[in-house]
Parts: sequence; C-alpha cells; structure tokens
Amino acid sequence: MSSIDHSASHVHRDDVGSRLGMWLFLFTELILFGGMFLVYSIYRFNYQQEFHLAAKELNTLFGALNTIILLTSSLTMALSITALQKNQKGLSIFLQSVTILFALAFMVNKFFEWSAKFHHGIFPGSETLLEKSNGEILFFGLYYIMTGLHGLHVIIGVVLIGVMTYFTSKNRITSDNYVRLESAGLYWHLVDIIWIFLFPLFYLIT
Amino acid sequence: MTSKSVSSNNYESYLEYNGKGRGLKSWIFSTDHKRIGLLYLITMLIFFAVGVTFGFLMRLELIAPGKTIMDPQTYNAIFTLHGIIMIFLFIIPGLPAVFGNFFLPILVGAKDVSFPRLNLLSWWLFLIGGLLAIISVFLPGGPADTGWTFYIPYSVRTSTNVFPALLAAFVLGFSSILTGLNFVTTIHRLRVPGMTWFKMPLFVWSLYSTAWIQVLATPIVGITLLLVILERAFGFGIFDPALGGDPVLYQHLFWIYSHPAVYIMIIPAMGVISEIIPVFAQRTIFGYKFIAFSSIAIALFGSLVWAHHMFTVGMSGTAMFVFSLLTFLVAIPSAIKVFNWVSTLYKGSIATDPPLLYALGFIFLFSIGGFTGLIQGALSVNMHIHDTSFIVAHFHYVMFGGTGFGIFAALHFWFPKMFGKKYNLQKAKYGFWTLFIGFNLLYFPLFVMGWLGMPRRYYDYLPEYHIYHLVSTIGSWILILGLIIMFGNFIYALLKGEKTSEVNPWGGETLEWHVPTPPPLENFDEIPTIETDPYQYVQNNSDNVLVKEAN
Repeated sequence: MSSIDHSASHVHRDDVGSRLGMWLFLFTELILFGGMFLVYSIYRFNYQQEFHLAAKELNTLFGALNTIILLTSSLTMALSITALQKNQKGLSIFLQSVTILFALAFMVNKFFEWSAKFHHGIFPGSETLLEKSNGEILFFGLYYIMTGLHGLHVIIGVVLIGVMTYFTSKNRITSDNYVRLESAGLYWHLVDIIWIFLFPLFYLIT
Repeated sequence: MTSKSVSSNNYESYLEYNGKGRGLKSWIFSTDHKRIGLLYLITMLIFFAVGVTFGFLMRLELIAPGKTIMDPQTYNAIFTLHGIIMIFLFIIPGLPAVFGNFFLPILVGAKDVSFPRLNLLSWWLFLIGGLLAIISVFLPGGPADTGWTFYIPYSVRTSTNVFPALLAAFVLGFSSILTGLNFVTTIHRLRVPGMTWFKMPLFVWSLYSTAWIQVLATPIVGITLLLVILERAFGFGIFDPALGGDPVLYQHLFWIYSHPAVYIMIIPAMGVISEIIPVFAQRTIFGYKFIAFSSIAIALFGSLVWAHHMFTVGMSGTAMFVFSLLTFLVAIPSAIKVFNWVSTLYKGSIATDPPLLYALGFIFLFSIGGFTGLIQGALSVNMHIHDTSFIVAHFHYVMFGGTGFGIFAALHFWFPKMFGKKYNLQKAKYGFWTLFIGFNLLYFPLFVMGWLGMPRRYYDYLPEYHIYHLVSTIGSWILILGLIIMFGNFIYALLKGEKTSEVNPWGGETLEWHVPTPPPLENFDEIPTIETDPYQYVQNNSDNVLVKEAN
C-alpha cells in the first residue's frame, strides 16, 4: 500500500487522469440508476392510472424542501473548491462543513418522510399496501428502492466530504493539489442531479 | 525522475523486490501491477480447478441414465456453481485482470497503471467475491440451485443460499468495473511518447474495448442483482407478476449486461491471438486497423443483441427480427479478425511452438463456436434448439475453446517473461494435443444430442442419448488429463525449470520483449520512445523499433 518505496510512477501526479477516472466512475453510477429509471418508465407506462393515484400520496412539501437543500449544498460544495483555489483554506473548510450539514438535513427530512409513510402502513409487504392495486404497490416499491439507493449515496457523500475536510485541514489538499476535493465535488453533484430527476418522477408528475 | 541504474545482469526483478513487507504481505498488499497480475493468476487458477472439478462430477453423473453418483438437488447446485465460478471467477478476470494487469503497462511503456491502489482494491474485492461464492456452498440452506442466470421467479422462491451467491456476483462486478476504469485511464494517459493510437499493440486495443464494456455494462447487472436481493428480502414485487411485476423484465436486464459480458470474455483473447500470430509467423499483422476497429465494433454491436437469449419468451415479431439481424451483424467483425489472422500466417515463416498451437486451436474452435452461434441466431432454428445442450456446446466452444485456449496461449507465450523460467516445449505440445482431442470429444457430442432434443441442465435423460453422453464423459477425462499435463509442465518449470534471462525468446517486437526477464519493479529504466508500428518484421531488425531517449 505504501507509496513511499515506489518511485516515479507513484509519486507522479496526473490530475487529468484522476479526473478522467472519476468521470468514468460517474458514468457507472449513472448507468446503475439508469437501470432503475428504465424499470420506472416501463411500469409507469404499464400502470399510468395507478402511478397517478399513488404519486398524490407523496408529500410535495417534503420533496421540494429536500430539493432546495440539496441544490444549495451543491452550491456550497462548488464554492468550497473555488475558495480553496483562491487559497482560502478556512473558508473552504467552512463551506465543506456546511455541505455536510445540508446533507444531514436532507437525511433527517428523508427520515421523517419515510417514518410518516411507515406510520400510514405503507411499506413493502404491509397489509395496507397489499390491499392497493398492483400499480400502486410497484410505485411505492420503486419509491423506496430509488430514494433509498439515493439516500445511501448521500450518506457515502457525507463520509467522502468529511474525509476531504479532514485532508484540507491537514494540508493534504491544498490550493495547488485539489483534484481529490474536485472529485468529491463531482460525486456530490451527481447525487444532486439524480435527485433532480427523482423529485419530479415521484412527487411532481401526478 | 529518479530511477535506479538497471543493467541487464544486475537489477532487482519484481519477483525479488519486497518493498515494505516481507513474504506474503509483500504480495497481497503490493500495488505493483505485475504482482497484482500474479495474485489474480493464482486465485483465478484455484477457482478454475474448483470449476473443473464440478464439471468433471457433472459429466460423471451423466455417464449413464438415472442416478450415478449424486441426487438431483446436488446436481442442480453443482451446475450452478460450475457456471458462477467459471464465468465470474475464471473467464471474466482471466485475461484482462491477469495478463492485462501484467502486460498493459509494459506494452504502453508505463511504469504502472493509472491508479495502482485502486488496482489492489479490485483484487481484494475479487477475493471477497470469490470467498462469498465459496461460503454460499457451506452455509445452512445448501448451495444455490438456480443456474448462474438467477432467473426469476425461482431465484426469489428457492430456500437455498441465493443471497450470498448474488452478493458474490455483485462484488465481483464492482471489481470488474474498477479494473475497466483503471485500464481506460491508463491507455488514455500513460502511453509512451510516440505511441499514437494506431501504434498501440493489438492486445492493448482489445483491452481498451473490453474495459469500456466493463465500465458501461456491469452497473446494469449490479442494479439487477441488487433488485433480486431486495425482492428476496422485502418482496417489493418488481419482478413478481402477483404484485404487477414482470419476470421477463429481469431477463432483459440480466442479459443487457450478460451478453456484452461474453465479449468481455472473448475480446481480450482475440487480442492475445493478434499478438501471438505475427511473432510466430515473423510477419507484420495483416489489416492492423481492421483488427483494432473490429474490437470496437464487437463491443458496440455486442451491446445491442441481448434479447437473442430470450427468443422464446414471447417478444413482438419486430423485436425478434431486429435482435436476430443484429446478432448476425456481430459475426462480421469476428470474421474480419479470423481472416486477418489467417492472412498474417500466409507466406510467413511459421514456428509451431506451443503458443502458436494454442492460437491455431483458438481459431479452429472459435470458428466452430461462432458458426453454431449464427445457427442459433436464426429465429426459426432457435425455436427448435432453444435450451438444449446445443447451446451448452456452443458457448463451451466459444468460451472454453475460445477464451480458455486464449488464456492457455497467453500463458505459454508470456510464461518465460513473467517468471524467468523455461518450460518444456515438447511436453507443452503433448498437453495441447491431449487437451484439443479431449475438448472436441467432450463438447462435440453435445451439439449432436442437442440437435436431437436433449435439454440442457437435465439430471436424467432418455436411453437414446446414452452414447453421446458416454463419449462426452470420456472426453472430459482426456481433457482433464491434458490440463494436468499442461499445468504439471508449468509447475515443474517453476520449481525445477531452467532459469532464463533471455529478453526475447520468441523474437517478438512489442515492448514487453525489450525489458529484462523477469521485468524489474518499474519495468523501464528509461522511458522508451516509439517511432514505428508495433509489428515490424520486414527487416527483422529489432533495434529500429525502440529508440531509447537520452533522458
């Protein structure tokens, strides 16, 4: 694991290569969710009426609030990179921490939203859900899987940005070596953009 | 750039260099691409041995109608494990992870891959995935019995250990994605000065196409397997018709990955053959650009043919027609390669050393496998032979006769370079012929009885199929004897074989034949510069390919 013993190729830094690798990884994430979006569109097509009904049960306010939170967090993330580029380490750490706080707020919001659904007896395999029509069962199944998978990505993002904040404070990410922070930012924007699609698909199209 | 002065008789090879740790630690935590390649080689071959054993037991069970050595449930578990192990743990990592890791950086003139630590992580994920597959055998509940395809609804209903098996495939997919990502970046970023895209060796081109499929197709199977896991755990109903889901949708999602996956398996093998043939014919490869682009074409078309695995599920006529047509089109780039290989041999000065024998074996067996694939791509014929042992014979001809022989060819070709040991050429040839005869005896009867109606995956059969099963089982014994001769020869060479530091035993022209044997830690003392095409055999003067730069 050591990068000390091995000479040139390991010490050698290739920011363009790192960015390329990160973009490739983001492709795989997009395709992972792409599979889910494919399943969603097929069932939306098959059960238009039922999806319409089920979507009304979701709380648009929760969704809209989370959209605002996540979009703002993307802004603070982008600002933290610019701050670091301008050599403002303190500001960058502050902005990264704000991003993490927004992400946590998103998850708290999500927790209350899911709890409310559970409270109404809408969860996979519940009696209330099984009494509903097939299309509605599928809608809520997809809702839990897709927002759940997205939530998992938010948590991973929190950990990732946390590590970056630590690196920044220890000067392992600096104004002339910030490619890791940039990659974490790219990841965070991906999490954001997936939500941008999830929000209308589940909450707005009724 | 600081690098130790390396002369050909006084340097530390990657086998000797220990880094921080000692012994085992210096291997399993090494980020050196060559050591990681060997780690993959060892783990892969262990899994291969397990897979072969399961195959052997399966064939033994089928030697006569009725029960021979095991009950039906065990048989179902064994063919499932045979499939999972051979596909996810042997053939997919076989060439890219082993020989790709070892030779890709050397072939493009780099000191390592772009992300060495990610590379090590891939191997660890591979190991964890393999262990999960093994664990699924021993946990209470019994090994998975779904077949490697995990078809819904059975994979949700069976009480066997499908969960660890699915998780294993998921983790292995992750490992495969990271390797692909690493290779694409390496090929884009770390080629030596002067190596333009069309001066890359063809094995690199094949790895490039493969890596893209790994990156773009694997996530789909990841999410699909995850859906099956969730379906088993919570009953979301995504694939359950009782709750409105569609089981056929699972098949689509599964094959959207798993068909391109067969190209992950075969394209690197084609790359190896493209390396071997010019060396043993001492001729420039015929149609370099066609071979390079046909890899890309296979990767593109291969991603659009998945539903030809599902012609009997009741798709629309238009969909079936389109998928059948695209299936026929994939044959074109494959055929281009075969023609180019044969043309390269024409008027060459051919040396029938073991690597070339395996390469020729590849062309022969792969052609049979390819043509029988076209037979199944035809809609009307497919109805007749769908899910019979014909398909089993077809994919064993392409996957084992193709990729398997490609892996063996690569082993014979690069073994002296990798280990600095010579193996016995004569014994290697005996091994090849035994393997080749055993292979055909084992798999050809499956074509015949499949055509006559023998279903695949069946535990028992009608007496009229007995003779074919008998011949096939005897073939499996000969094939295993061939494997024993081949690997015995290698193991003997490793333990007691003659040491060699010969830089270029076969007279190759690509970069790996210009570094010391076995290669030093960071491959190159000085970064080489490439000035000519990779296969310049006309003047037969190796000095004009590689011009060492002053600094």
